[in-house]
Amino acid sequence: MEGERLASQARSSGLPAGGATGESPGVDAPLLGSSGSSALLQAEVLDLDEDEDDLEVFSKDASLMDMNSFSPMMPTSPLSMINQVKFEDEPDLKDLFITVDEPESHVTTIETFITYRIITKTSRGEFDSSEFEVRRRYQDFLWLKGKLEEAHPTLIIPPLPEKFIVKGMVERFNDDFIETRRKALQKFLNRIADHPTLTFNEDFKVFLTAQAWELSSHKKQGPGLLSRMGQTVRAVALSMRGVKSRPEEFMEMNNFIEIFSQKINLIDKISQRIYKEEREYSDEMKEYGPIHVLWSASEEDLVDSLRGVARCLDQCCKATEKRMSGLSEALLPAVHEYVLYSEMVMGVMKRRDQIQAELDSKVEALTYKKADTDLLIEEIGKLEDKVECANNALKADWERWKHNMQNDIKSAFTDMAEENIHYYEQCLATWESFLASQTDLHMEETSEDKPESH
Amino acid sequence: MEQAPRDPERQLQPAPLEPLGHPDAGLQAAVSEEAEGARDEGSGEGTMTENNFWLKKIEINVSEAEKRTGRNAMNMQETYTAYLIETRSVEHTDGQSVLTDSLWRRYSEFELLRNYLLVYYPHIVVPPLPEKRAEFVWHKLSADNMDPDFVERRRIGLENFLLRVASHPILCRDKIFYLFLTQEGNWKETVNETGFQLKADSRLKALNATFRVKNPDKRFTELKHYSDELQSVISHLLRVRARVADRLYGVYKVHGNYGRVFSEWSAIEKEMGDGLQSAGHHMDVYASSIDDILEDEEHYADQLKEYLFYAEALRAVCRKHELMQYDLEMAAQDLASKKQQCEELATGTVRTFSLKGMTTKLFGQETPEQREARIKVLEEQISEGEQQLKSKNLEGREFVKNAWADIERFKEQKNRDLKEALISYAVMQISMCKKGIQVWTNAKECFSKM
Repeated sequence: MEGERLASQARSSGLPAGGATGESPGVDAPLLGSSGSSALLQAEVLDLDEDEDDLEVFSKDASLMDMNSFSPMMPTSPLSMINQVKFEDEPDLKDLFITVDEPESHVTTIETFITYRIITKTSRGEFDSSEFEVRRRYQDFLWLKGKLEEAHPTLIIPPLPEKFIVKGMVERFNDDFIETRRKALQKFLNRIADHPTLTFNEDFKVFLTAQAWELSSHKKQGPGLLSRMGQTVRAVALSMRGVKSRPEEFMEMNNFIEIFSQKINLIDKISQRIYKEEREYSDEMKEYGPIHVLWSASEEDLVDSLRGVARCLDQCCKATEKRMSGLSEALLPAVHEYVLYSEMVMGVMKRRDQIQAELDSKVEALTYKKADTDLLIEEIGKLEDKVECANNALKADWERWKHNMQNDIKSAFTDMAEENIHYYEQCLATWESFLASQTDLHMEETSEDKPESH
Repeated sequence: MEQAPRDPERQLQPAPLEPLGHPDAGLQAAVSEEAEGARDEGSGEGTMTENNFWLKKIEINVSEAEKRTGRNAMNMQETYTAYLIETRSVEHTDGQSVLTDSLWRRYSEFELLRNYLLVYYPHIVVPPLPEKRAEFVWHKLSADNMDPDFVERRRIGLENFLLRVASHPILCRDKIFYLFLTQEGNWKETVNETGFQLKADSRLKALNATFRVKNPDKRFTELKHYSDELQSVISHLLRVRARVADRLYGVYKVHGNYGRVFSEWSAIEKEMGDGLQSAGHHMDVYASSIDDILEDEEHYADQLKEYLFYAEALRAVCRKHELMQYDLEMAAQDLASKKQQCEELATGTVRTFSLKGMTTKLFGQETPEQREARIKVLEEQISEGEQQLKSKNLEGREFVKNAWADIERFKEQKNRDLKEALISYAVMQISMCKKGIQVWTNAKECFSKM
């Protein structure tokens, strides 16, 4: 079977192994969002320019936040929320449920932006209430992600959906884009909630619970812009050194993630392409059935057969639409999340390398007696601890991530297979019933014909 | 049905009809046992029953296609495809067939045969030939006449054509057709010697007639509308089908890419590796299954195309009727005008304006002798004209009667065939769905084991 245009294009243009945005000319590649500190820096710059006051925040009155009150809009039982949200770890231990919905457009003189409603339900003691409702915009999510990366540089932070999709976007905020983003944002928050360490992060709690002004003032408390900038410059210098002294297990990890990233990117493109082809097939099918109806208007004796075929074709067309929507519900977002995830992981590996490199550079300095020995030894001690912590954190998180990845991929593809089986079963049923009707009629007709011969 | 005087030398039995245009009889078998039984009976339109006298039946196959080079009329080298036509007679008693004739023909000879039949049997809906050039192609199909798939489908189409002619109660008796099957050399000369090209109506005349016929038989007018509609709707259907086929091809083939990527990915996965690898294999199977599926659909498209071209044959019969009707009306008009002239001369009254009348008035009347002479000539012409009109009328009525009989036969055939075709399409879809279910069930199993 000869290679198809898609994959051979991707191969010849050479997908980058490392963390950079995977764009090649002529191939659909979404502009990948923040990954690594430099992109984060960009987002921060944007943040500082904006005025936070126009954030609409709806926060329920504390008096209504009663354990016994029932809101007709929201499902109150934790069990019903289990069905809504796919999570990774043991279902029984889940005590934090988050939904993201109700995208709303806000227009100001400076800009237009969307906010999403975030509802959190929890039984945890450290939360002041059992239910929270806040409104957040994409920038807020970016901020949260940045804080998490800062606090846990070698943990695999879940990815955020991209800032923009360059290709095929007519309007910055069309419905499909918003819906896709909403789902991804919900996934993002739930992944954090399910993470054994991240779930207790303070910034996360603030994100979920604070009102607009509270969030603004909290944001301003973090380490300043300049210090982060300083970190970035050093990071680049150190990263090369870090790669050389990388321990074996992290070498393996790195190899894996590089290849994984390539493959998942390809799979993402293939899946998007399949969706596109199915859409075009469905569009053509819409015209196919009606022609048979048109034809039946001029054929007295073939009306049944022609209309029957038309019905089948229309049913198959509907089945295709259903298959497509199944694809866009399950497979496409799952695969795309892992495209972004692989970027995150590569960023994490880099940060680990940088931490290692810091240690190595100090050790080297000691060897060459470049500075005050005692001070160096003390610093080295601290850095050694830091490296050990970082490595252990990463190792553990890596195992967890890999395990989840396997489950998620398995589940996504199993879903896709089921959608296809269901599609073919539906089509089969409709054609078989048409055939049955025709052969019955046929047998009736031939038994009528037999006595007469012209 | 007509009973022409039987010339044993010219007799042919109508061939047993094979599933027309559908090479894979197996697919049909489960569904159309009954249909085939009905078709065999109905196909000869009673000729089968008539010819139960005859001990032999014949089978016609266009069994091979071969590329040839030769020199054409302008002495230039050309490449063409020749088709082997084998005729077998079937012993009634034991069903064994014996090869009686075998010769090679090229497409242009088929065209010649058909053109001849069109001229000599204008009241018959003459079966069409498969298309000269590939139309309604989708991206995979080559539009090249030398492409093996095209040649193969043409071979089937040509066989179908011969079977249609052989099973037509009137056409099968034609000597030129008989010679087409049996006399390789010299056949072209024989056809041309019939002078049929001269007998053919000029296209211009035919076009004229369409606009000026005052009283065509309503049934033919309706038939012409029907054939226009049929042509339009089948063309449209074939175009959309080609586009649908193209898209379907795309969907299947893109899945094939999964196979490669899964395989490469499986190299780095310990637990998931096997599942990925075998799922990838199933994706490859899925992707390659579309080739056969669409190949089958091409045969379905050919069945529809035959009736697209049949619409043209229907129109030809209608045109012939219009021509004859036009001829008749012209003759009647001519006769009426001559009668009127005669009357005017006889009575001396000029009721209608005529140049002769004017000049007569201006330059004086003619002598009684001259007038008598003219009246005599006119009376002869009128008498002749009345004879002609009578025979034209008879001809016209005969034509209408015979044509309509064949049209009824055609309608029955068309309804049967198209119904069969639609059923076979359903069978193809069912097969495709079953394959799809199997492949995806296998894939799902692999995925769930990852």
